[in-house]
Amino acid sequence: MSNKIGVYVCHCGTNIAGTVNIPELVEFAKAQGDVVVAREYKFMCSDPGQALIQEDIQKLGLDRVVVSACSPLMHEPTFRGACEKADLNRYLFQMANIREHCSWVHVDKGAATEKAKAQLAGAIGKARYLAPLIPKKVKVNPATLIVGGGIAGIQAAIDIADSGRKVYLVEREATIGGKMAEFDKTFPTLDCAACILTPKMVQVGQHPNIELLTYADVEEGKGFVGNFEVKVRKKTRYIDEEKCTGCGICQEKCPYKTASEFEHGMMKRKAIFMPFPQAVPKVPRIDPNTCVYFKTGKCKACVKVCEPQAIDFERKDEIVDIKVGAIIMATGYKLFDAGKIAPYGYGKYPEVYNSLEFERMVSASGPTGGDIKMKSGEKPKSVAIVHCVGSRDRRHNEHCSRVCCMYALKFAHLIKERCHEATVYNFYIDMRCFGKGYEQFYQRLLDEEVRFVRGRVASVSDFALDESEKGKLVLRVEDTMVGETRRIPVDMVVLANGLEANADAAKVGRLFNISAGKDGFYIEKHPKLAPVSTATEGVYIAGACQSPKDIPDTVAQASAAAAQVLSLMSRGEIEVEAATANIHEELCSGCRVCNTMCPYSAISFDDDKHVSRVNDALCKGCGTCVAACPSSAIFAQHFTDQQIFSEIEGVLHDVRA
Amino acid sequence: MPKLKIASYWASACGGCDVALLDLHERIVDVANAADIVFWPIATDFKYADVERMPDQNIDVTFFNGAVRNSENEHLAHLLRKKSKVLVAFGSCAHMGGVVGLGNLFSRKEIFDAAYTNNLSTENAGLTMPNLETKVPEGKLTLPEFYNTVKKLDQVVDVDYYLPGCPPNPNRIFEVFGAIVAGKLPPKGSVVGASEQTQCEKCERKKSEKKIPGFKRLATAQPDAETCLLEQGFLCMGVATRAGCEHRCQKSNTGCRGCYGPPPGVYDQGLKALSAIASVVDADDEATAKAMVDAIPDPARYFNRFSIAASPLHRRSV
Repeated sequence: MSNKIGVYVCHCGTNIAGTVNIPELVEFAKAQGDVVVAREYKFMCSDPGQALIQEDIQKLGLDRVVVSACSPLMHEPTFRGACEKADLNRYLFQMANIREHCSWVHVDKGAATEKAKAQLAGAIGKARYLAPLIPKKVKVNPATLIVGGGIAGIQAAIDIADSGRKVYLVEREATIGGKMAEFDKTFPTLDCAACILTPKMVQVGQHPNIELLTYADVEEGKGFVGNFEVKVRKKTRYIDEEKCTGCGICQEKCPYKTASEFEHGMMKRKAIFMPFPQAVPKVPRIDPNTCVYFKTGKCKACVKVCEPQAIDFERKDEIVDIKVGAIIMATGYKLFDAGKIAPYGYGKYPEVYNSLEFERMVSASGPTGGDIKMKSGEKPKSVAIVHCVGSRDRRHNEHCSRVCCMYALKFAHLIKERCHEATVYNFYIDMRCFGKGYEQFYQRLLDEEVRFVRGRVASVSDFALDESEKGKLVLRVEDTMVGETRRIPVDMVVLANGLEANADAAKVGRLFNISAGKDGFYIEKHPKLAPVSTATEGVYIAGACQSPKDIPDTVAQASAAAAQVLSLMSRGEIEVEAATANIHEELCSGCRVCNTMCPYSAISFDDDKHVSRVNDALCKGCGTCVAACPSSAIFAQHFTDQQIFSEIEGVLHDVRA
Repeated sequence: MPKLKIASYWASACGGCDVALLDLHERIVDVANAADIVFWPIATDFKYADVERMPDQNIDVTFFNGAVRNSENEHLAHLLRKKSKVLVAFGSCAHMGGVVGLGNLFSRKEIFDAAYTNNLSTENAGLTMPNLETKVPEGKLTLPEFYNTVKKLDQVVDVDYYLPGCPPNPNRIFEVFGAIVAGKLPPKGSVVGASEQTQCEKCERKKSEKKIPGFKRLATAQPDAETCLLEQGFLCMGVATRAGCEHRCQKSNTGCRGCYGPPPGVYDQGLKALSAIASVVDADDEATAKAMVDAIPDPARYFNRFSIAASPLHRRSV
């Protein structure tokens, strides 16, 4: 037990001092047992603030340090470092969070000061029983897992693989490329999406350091930073990928067709197929729901033409175990289902398209070869583009999807380019053109005489009030610039659907202990200062799985995540938490309650000695087994019962028994 | 060597602890050879006044069983502490409050209402209740004060040793007596006559990794005699209970009730057992977990059957 505690109370400018009476708190600290010095300072985290602590440790021989300041998430490492510089073990430091937990959430200065006293007394109470611990170092596995093969995953994979380190890229679909592969042009530069994406896809496919696992799902993840173990299920393609040459003759000869998912049902594909010609890897898969062999046991047209004999109807799913040191989640987004907004008539009127359908329509390799035309084959004379479909809408998604304004402008431009005579309307709430060159693109569209109507569209219908509306789709909208409700008849409607999180984002996130917000997007460690890190060390996020974003931002984030990974890898080893669980073997009765508890598989059972053991290289100190152990044979270092009870007694210092 | 002077007292108890002493059978003669019994209300005819007349520290060892429920229990606790060199909290009630301690889930008023007015077998139209003093023609009658809260012995007086069990196993009693005679007692404050480890250590039932698919009760299901009861879904407090009883319950094919108290380092036996058992419940969603927990009829009294008074919460707030 300590007898020389130093207490340091931080003003944090006025962040704390504005709400907590600092001198009173310092006097209170001085009156606590074992406290030999208590000081206040404007910014304890500054160099002079840290120097105060170091001086006192050396001159007064402090054996415990308590800082009453902000969240330990913010500055615990700072003060632990200060203690260590003065040769005091970092685990002999304790922090009381009187900012986030007190001054920021209270207004009554008197009550806030009393609360701060309780928090500080708790920290002093715990500090009395702190024990020094020595952090261990473990090696970092130099391989990386990237989940999701869209542009984010591709960029991160190339960045990391180019440094000479192994990357496993897992993609749910049969090809990498993601949503970007569906786009025709990119805003605001109008360069061809495929032209800039496919070379990167090919690079990934051929990279000696990238192992591509497509048509595969991550099923299980365990371990910790530097040493993750992941189970990946490679769903069967019914094709031997080693043998397949990607010649495509099977696809040509297959007699059965169904709607192409990649072309959003606007084209057909075969039962054995590649989603699109530039797919990577260039290996088809058989869709057993369409393939007649799986229904009748007959056909095998593909088998007959496959020279390398790569087709195998008996092929099963394969489980691949991989070990990596870091993980990047780049799982992307899904398009808002416009069918949820019934008044827009999506799915009811053939000439109402969602944005990805329209992307395919304008694509040179798409169903119309890039021609913008109606189902009748005629070019539309008027087109309405409806913004904010499912975005900025409390009934659906509150968030702004960030890319819709810009891709809507791109659509308007492409329509003008290909249907010179057409009148193009944009129905918008606000134009959000915030990126580099975006506002200029908006100006350009204004010059191209695209019509902008400010107002959220109420409905789309084929109900004609007069001759001019007959055979048209009529949009009803309140034009907030004019201040009245308008009816605007058009030939074609394009919906600018918002972006939302994948339906299973939260579930996939849980595999790696990262959490999703209530909108389903993954939560970053810090919105400003750690935007690609997560609360789980060694797991990073990139792209639209974190929030809707455009390609430049996605690529920047992917490279940032790659940089984080490479920084981790080049360290080669990391310090692991010393505050781990331990088992007093002489108290362990071998009841085995703890054996299935550990989320990190750190506990094993010794059959000979009849006791359980914790592998402290694997233990993360989460405390699950400590709570479960019915005989208190397992104890959590740095969170012992004695420390916690002493902390509680401190917090309750003014409560009479 | 002069003969030891020993005493046994029952405070708020069922009498089982005294019977456990008698369960020494012929060995009681060995006890009598080594020690004089100077006070033992259940078996010998000494009065409180006899104890009061003794010089302080006159008794070598007092085995005090029962919880402190009323003012008479408390008075005797103080008296025997003063008169004894060594005071042993004997049995679960003195050790942890025991079954008597379950009274702490109720107030004095609730207990009196249940005992004297609000029950099927009592007619008490005049609402007569125990009074501290009652005047009768012959004079004044007094009753001890019934406290609102039950205490274990060391919450009232300083205790030297704890000998757990409901009741303690006679073999352990005899061993402890032997240690006293030989002057080989462990440091003050120790639990004696029990292991440092839990029931599981020497339990002969087969154990594996625990996952409990659902809870069963002896009223409606029969456990097999080979496998860990908990793994079969029968609640067993053995995981959070010291060994020493010789597995009387498990050998009778029923779960340990926890009377030997928690192993060293455990602050709250009931919470620890609850935490452990909840940890191995095989449920992935709240609805399944709730259905399983609902199959435990009375968790507070099950998990803290003997240890309410010893738990940090001590009693229900009323």
